[in-house]
Amino acid sequence: MRCLIGSGQNDVEKTLKDKGFTRRDFMKLCATVSAAMAADASFTPAAVAAALTAKRPPVVWLQFAECTGCTESILRTVDPPIADVLFDVISLDYHETIMQCAGEAIEEVLEKTIHDYAGKFVLVCEGGIPTKDGGIYGKVGGKTMLSIVKDVYPKAAATICIGTCSCFGGVQKAKPNPTGAKSVPEALGTTKNIINIAGCPPNPINFIGAVVHYITKGVPELDSNLRPKLFFGETVHDKCPRLKHFEAGEFAKSFDDVTAKKGYCLYELGCKGPDTYNNCSSALFNQVSFPIQAGHPCIGCSEPDFWDKMSPFYETA
Amino acid sequence: MAGCKPKTMPVTPVGNYSGKVVIDPINRIEGHLRIEVEVENGRVKNAWSSSQLFRGLELILKGRDPRDAKHFTQRACGVCTHVHALASTRMVENAVGVDKKIPPLGTAMRNLLLGSQFLHDHIVHFYHLHALDWVDVVNALSANPKKAADLANGAGLGHRKHTEAELKAVQDRLKKFVEGGQLGIFANAYFLKPHAAYKLPAELNLLATAHYLEALKLQILPSRMMAIIGGKNPHTQALYEGGITSYDAITKDKFKLFKDLYKQTMDFVTNTYVPDVLAVAPYYLDWGGIGGTTNFLTCGEFPSDEGDINSRYLPAGAIYKRDIANVKAFDPMKVAEHVKYSWYENGPSLNPFKGETKPKYTDMDHMTTANTGKYSWMKAPRYDNLATEVGPLAQTLVAFAKGHKETVGLVSLVLKHLGVGAEALFSTLGRTAARCIQTVVIGKEMQNWIDNVDKMLAKGDTNLLAKWEMPDSAQGVGFVDAPRGMLSHWINIKGKKIENIQLVVPSTWNLGPRDDKGVLGPVEEALIGTPVFDPKRPVEVLRTVHSYDPCIACGVHIIDPKTNEVYKFKVC
Repeated sequence: MRCLIGSGQNDVEKTLKDKGFTRRDFMKLCATVSAAMAADASFTPAAVAAALTAKRPPVVWLQFAECTGCTESILRTVDPPIADVLFDVISLDYHETIMQCAGEAIEEVLEKTIHDYAGKFVLVCEGGIPTKDGGIYGKVGGKTMLSIVKDVYPKAAATICIGTCSCFGGVQKAKPNPTGAKSVPEALGTTKNIINIAGCPPNPINFIGAVVHYITKGVPELDSNLRPKLFFGETVHDKCPRLKHFEAGEFAKSFDDVTAKKGYCLYELGCKGPDTYNNCSSALFNQVSFPIQAGHPCIGCSEPDFWDKMSPFYETA
Repeated sequence: MAGCKPKTMPVTPVGNYSGKVVIDPINRIEGHLRIEVEVENGRVKNAWSSSQLFRGLELILKGRDPRDAKHFTQRACGVCTHVHALASTRMVENAVGVDKKIPPLGTAMRNLLLGSQFLHDHIVHFYHLHALDWVDVVNALSANPKKAADLANGAGLGHRKHTEAELKAVQDRLKKFVEGGQLGIFANAYFLKPHAAYKLPAELNLLATAHYLEALKLQILPSRMMAIIGGKNPHTQALYEGGITSYDAITKDKFKLFKDLYKQTMDFVTNTYVPDVLAVAPYYLDWGGIGGTTNFLTCGEFPSDEGDINSRYLPAGAIYKRDIANVKAFDPMKVAEHVKYSWYENGPSLNPFKGETKPKYTDMDHMTTANTGKYSWMKAPRYDNLATEVGPLAQTLVAFAKGHKETVGLVSLVLKHLGVGAEALFSTLGRTAARCIQTVVIGKEMQNWIDNVDKMLAKGDTNLLAKWEMPDSAQGVGFVDAPRGMLSHWINIKGKKIENIQLVVPSTWNLGPRDDKGVLGPVEEALIGTPVFDPKRPVEVLRTVHSYDPCIACGVHIIDPKTNEVYKFKVC
């Protein structure tokens, strides 16, 4: 995709500038989005610009049974830098990890946001929902996580489940699931208006891409696990840099021997790349690597119930 | 330096409120924490720290492949990511006996990976989880950008050169943001209306706000350092029992990239993080007498020999009753866990090897009436029967007391700059300064590990892992002194599977509830006496709580609600 703010679009450029975007920032954002949207050629710079010149969409980010790794992952967003996302692209109106206030003051923010922007805000859910014994295993502000998600979800315009815990239940749902943890769609009993950005953690590019897609064009096409096909349409194996070794029958036999040092395929050491739909091998994490590149098998972290279905992790499926 | 200190000793105002203050959720932490304090005439008289989430990772791990533990336990926390994976890896290595055989290159790369995590975690904590307790962002709008630049350039604290234009740009951006009416992360901020507990001059508020934004960009770099070695951040995926799998990281180009990122990160540490701490601290010097605790513990970190805790660059040890002249040797058998005030059925205090767990949830209604008294999912770990703080302050105190050269030098520099004695370290301010000191100490030592790696690579050494075999039965323990303090994982292996596993984690030590004798946990103790000016905006309580960098999700552990099984471990 080419990103140009050319003649006839001066107003857009000016508005972007007013919002703190330099031309360079805008170009970078376009590059990011276009990388994430590689399969969608109709994604035009004008559409992106139009989205960014509107009022920043309110986002409410709720945390349940989670480890905050998904939040951390999103904070690794570059191009545009995360500060620009927070200040210029969205209005992050509720997020316990980075907001200044706490306690009653922060509860008031949540109440006010979901009231003032009812039917307009994007809800982001991080973490699974403990449901056993009435949900007592997880509370925020004296309310169970189960009651909170049931209360907030119907008021949102759309819901993005960020990470495998909210998408599929996550690590706490692994057998024997002591707290009766469920995914957000399971706990709600519906999949309506829900987009799953799976991964443990998900790649931030997939989240930003989904947000921009939603703002500009609505909900992207999803697979049967509610994951956008744009990012989860191929397996990790499909684009794996070690695919040539797989095809040549060159497999690493042990992590400490010459076959590992040569970068042979990790399938026989337990790699779950062939069964895992995600774009790790092409999108990369932190712009530099992903587990297979670091010599470690894929553990299938963007697949439902991978903690049980993909383990033992060091044995072939 | 004259322009960067208040003329008189700052005093945090004390209000006249008496009554209860409940803060739930506590923000800017990992996990779900509730803090409840009783305030009398504007000062905290009593405090309760309550963890609000229970997941049950240890129960989930039973019967699984011991090598899989690292992946499960790492999901205890995504902020101080990696450290649980390392503790579980060390635990299995100890059990199978490969801990003493890990190749030097593997150990060095693992140290660099953990070192990168410290750089990342401490920078993000100071700027994004802690700074807004001290920095008034709204007040920054009234700063004179030129004076702010002059302040940075003339303070003699080592700040990089600042220009009026860059600070004005930050201020303009902030203005637009606030005037736009969508306050986002600053909605309902305690400083939207002036708060008397915020003491920085407007120019310093602007400088710190600029660095808040700068640090948001900067933190990408140490996370990328982690990804080069660990495959990704958060949740690295390159540890394997016997060493580390990242052959990619020791290629010439990748290791050069790592070194470049290291240099840029350390530049920020030395020309922004350290000077900011030194610039801000004098305005909150009274916090050198608020928020202290009594006993401290660390297991040390960064081994040259993974099989020997005494080979760690930062030393292990315990300090009782603030007696830094008498550091005790670290002894894992002195750990016991109490449950009288936790949501478990009462029983004797037990060493974690034998920990017994019978959950009994009673809600918060007994919190202050002491009916059952139970108020947290965390247990109360005690060391030698003492409530004991872990983390950067504990590590820095032990290293300082043991004469660790780099630590002694930096602690002395900070104390001299502030014009205070070592007693000021036992405080909220001391804890926040210690985290910065620890960042520099570890950061500088990383250069030595980098040099060692270069030497080994030059000789053609590419051995990152040692061979081993899973025994049928074994016990093992892995200790990591993580960014939040001492972390240990314990395992019993039977039939090549996990029979039992137990995590004893930093935030349980710091944020746990009262013990069987009713002795307060460290953060509860630290809160006593804290001034509260405005009970609706209790930023003073947040200052001390945040100074511990709480990580609650990993603090809740140990359960077997169905069998109530007695865990039996053996010290290795």
